[in-house]
Amino acid sequence: MLYQQIARNKRKTTFLLIIFILILALVGAGAGYIFANNAVVGIIWAVLGSLVYLAIVLHNPANLVMSMNHGREIHEQDDPELWHIVEDMALVAQVPMPKVYIINDPSPNAFATGRDPKHSAVAVTSGLREGLNREELEGVLGHEFSHIRNYDILVSTIGVVLVGVISFISSYAARYVWWFGGNNKRDNDEKNMSPVEAIFKIIAVVFVFILGPLSASLAQMALSRNREYLADAGSVELTRNPHGLISALEKISGGKPMKKADRSSAGMYIENPFHNQGWSHLFDTHPPTADRIKRLEKM
Amino acid sequence: MTLMWIIIIILILIIGIYIGVYNGLQKSKIHAQEAWSQIDVQLKRRNDLIPNLVETVKGYAKHESETFEKVVQLRNQLTQIPASDHTEKMKVSDELTNSLKTIFALSENYPNLKANQNFLNLQEELTNTENKIAYSRQLYNSSVAFYDEKLVTFPSNIVANLHHFQKMDYLETPATEKEVPQVKF
Repeated sequence: MLYQQIARNKRKTTFLLIIFILILALVGAGAGYIFANNAVVGIIWAVLGSLVYLAIVLHNPANLVMSMNHGREIHEQDDPELWHIVEDMALVAQVPMPKVYIINDPSPNAFATGRDPKHSAVAVTSGLREGLNREELEGVLGHEFSHIRNYDILVSTIGVVLVGVISFISSYAARYVWWFGGNNKRDNDEKNMSPVEAIFKIIAVVFVFILGPLSASLAQMALSRNREYLADAGSVELTRNPHGLISALEKISGGKPMKKADRSSAGMYIENPFHNQGWSHLFDTHPPTADRIKRLEKM
Repeated sequence: MTLMWIIIIILILIIGIYIGVYNGLQKSKIHAQEAWSQIDVQLKRRNDLIPNLVETVKGYAKHESETFEKVVQLRNQLTQIPASDHTEKMKVSDELTNSLKTIFALSENYPNLKANQNFLNLQEELTNTENKIAYSRQLYNSSVAFYDEKLVTFPSNIVANLHHFQKMDYLETPATEKEVPQVKF
């Protein structure tokens, strides 16, 4: 059961990553078509731009993400118990010891980030540290170590970058049409434009404005939702104890939303830091806690 | 001519696979042995911590000398067992784990002891060591499972038989260890 779930989730993750890159290319094509009448140029720019950005971020994602989330690095003498639990999980997961961070926030939550197991970091909020016992902390950290071991930390970093690039292109395109939409250049263009061409431009504009960012965030959410189930399964594999994680998840979902979590990192947390209460669950970064607990109880 | 080349290529392939399988077996065996040494490191660490614990607790809980004697005796017994006898070592180690749990349960009755910073540090260190023992056991068992699986699956079982690779044994967790000790006064 455990191993099948891991295999299935890995396939889904690959599939969603491909969709993600396709959306990026489509949005690039749409933007290229609006600006330069050339979709191929748009694709090239979008892909090249995101690769450069990706390279910069991947140089040291742990430090960047931690400073975005106001994390403070700690060492063994600052909190021996927490440090020892992280050591235990690193031992059994057979990955090097990650850096450990505390985020000063009463809301219980945690996440892992980095490029690969050798350059990784885990963060827990002070609320999580104080509210959970050892068994529950082991469950949560086991979950985070599964993210590290499965290279989810890399996938989510890439996800943050791609969503960033797509929303950048989209908002840039929106501003371009807003500010330069009524000038002389466009009047000249419009005279030369055939009706079919005009319709295509409108479709491209609508696509880039709405569909691009929407589908990008949908894909990111789905990506992280699957990763959460996989990491829950991985946590049980490491601790051999589903009960710690179950009661930890109950405590975490019952906590208050976080005050100042970084919005683009929301998908990295063990539970959505904002506790979305919206009209739709399409944009949820995490599966419903009840669903996660149900799956854990079956293990 | 071509036939000869085909035979040579097949031979090279077979030798290559043979070497790969043999090295894989050796590697997983070494891996399992390494996992055992992890446990040993933690057992030694715990043995070093125990005298400090006994010294610290003794002053506060004078009437419990029986418990201390048992812990010290088990500790000394553990150092006498040869490294190769994994089962015996784990058996004594589990007994020691239970005696230590009794000491920590005792401390509940002595408020001054519970407030002693030295005792609190020792308690955290020993809890840490106990957890590390449990987790390295788990790691040892999964390494052994990986190795043993190779001994019975094709084609590594052929190579293993030719070179007389021995099956390794799991460390069993006694049922009592999973329970919280009941201390009554």
